[in-house]
Amino acid sequence: MIINHPLLGPRDLNEFIYYGDASLLKRPKWDDKNAEDKFYKYLYLRKNIAGIHKELWFHQQGDRSWLVVTRNTKNHEIIKVELATEVVKGLDKQYEQNK
Amino acid sequence: MSYNIFKIIREGLRGNKGWKKTWRNPNIKKKYDVIIIGGGGHGLATAFYLAKEFNIKNIAVLEKNWIGGGNVGRNTTIIRSNYLLNENEAFYEFSLRLWESLEKQINYNAMVSQRGVLNIFHSDAQKDSFIRRGNSMIINGADAELYDVNKIKSIYPFLDYENSRFPIKGGLYQKRGGTVRHDAVAWGYAHAADKLGVDIIQNCEVNNFKFKSGACLGVETNKGFIKANKVGCAVAGSTSLLLSKADMTLPIESHVLQAFVSESIKPIIPGVITFGAGHFYISQSDKGGLVFGGDIDGYNSYAQRGNLDTLEDVCESGLALMPTISKARLLRMWGGIMDMSMDGSPIIDKTHIKGLYMNAGWCYGGFKATPASGWCFAHLIAKNYSHSLSENFKLDRFKNGYMIDEKGQGAQPNLH
Repeated sequence: MIINHPLLGPRDLNEFIYYGDASLLKRPKWDDKNAEDKFYKYLYLRKNIAGIHKELWFHQQGDRSWLVVTRNTKNHEIIKVELATEVVKGLDKQYEQNK
Repeated sequence: MSYNIFKIIREGLRGNKGWKKTWRNPNIKKKYDVIIIGGGGHGLATAFYLAKEFNIKNIAVLEKNWIGGGNVGRNTTIIRSNYLLNENEAFYEFSLRLWESLEKQINYNAMVSQRGVLNIFHSDAQKDSFIRRGNSMIINGADAELYDVNKIKSIYPFLDYENSRFPIKGGLYQKRGGTVRHDAVAWGYAHAADKLGVDIIQNCEVNNFKFKSGACLGVETNKGFIKANKVGCAVAGSTSLLLSKADMTLPIESHVLQAFVSESIKPIIPGVITFGAGHFYISQSDKGGLVFGGDIDGYNSYAQRGNLDTLEDVCESGLALMPTISKARLLRMWGGIMDMSMDGSPIIDKTHIKGLYMNAGWCYGGFKATPASGWCFAHLIAKNYSHSLSENFKLDRFKNGYMIDEKGQGAQPNLH
């Protein structure tokens, strides 16, 4: 697999470390009313999608940036690569709007 | 049909024309007492023990492809019981004992070969942790021996003992471990279950369940609806997909694990060896091919193939341990989809739906667990409560904090 890094261009798979489902970016608030249940789901439960999957990759052997990669888990085709920081900004905006 | 030496001699003389089908190709009944989804090792073993030990006769095993085409035919065929934690060790030791008597039970030559499993260590600290594991094995009734370098040299003279980075300091040896012909496990259980009246339905894919007021009534398949009192899922890497139909989100990620076979060479490796400084395990099949593997690729995958960087990593580990195999050429490689759980240990449990049971989370230890998994899952389905050896493999352990994390890696499935 070649991951097309948004800043560095195409990079080989073995420069990266996989961290899992990108839902991990949406960490529950510690003072949430149902924090215990939410953290259980956050930490342990995964949709484990067969198909288009958003996931976190860390460019350990490169610029040490976190990426959100959209990839098809059925055939390993990579559809989109974004910087996780950009994705998080979007999530924060969403959170503020929903407040 | 049963197999014995007289039949083999007779058929040998008659050109092997009198053999009958190993299992029937039955018509699907409208209703079964128990349906097992998944005709892999675990599913077939479950059906066999349900019929044999728990006296349930009206059973079907539904397999979406053909018997033995999934993970039971995609592994490195190793059996062993060398775990540290009691919950695991007791279970896998039970499994190893079932392996020892398997061929008589199923009247099928599964080529169970207790050729010994040697876990090599490379430092004093690692030696201590291996001794601790060996003691845990012995406490749970398994066998374990500590081998020093000279003893290992007498069996495997060609290892790289003086490797400057990872010198070999000794090994933990389990004599009763070994290998089993993996396909024959599926075929043997299918043969034995079929003989007890179990219907094995191939090319029958389950698309959905039918529920009514919190109970499972049966399954929707590509061959129509089939009614059942109880349904057990043993579908390994597809567990999350199947049980999402029952609104379940599971502590499981599906990952691809690759295995490799070299061309046939003369016998050099009499047992199973694992490398302690990387992840690499190797044995030699009776045909002469070196069968080896290492880590999973490490990212979610439902493709039954992996990437080349894992192959490179595995081969590097192999060459660090035994440079002598560098000239052997790779013949085949394949991938299987592992149901990696969040603590690296399996789940054999009921679900929130009455009559629906699950057997999953085998990570890449599923093959050696086949008999015990089948036995404990059959116990759960038949009696509606867990077997004492699998009572810790519950789904709610993640919520309650009773994880069985052999390596202490935490909720990171690709590290287990």
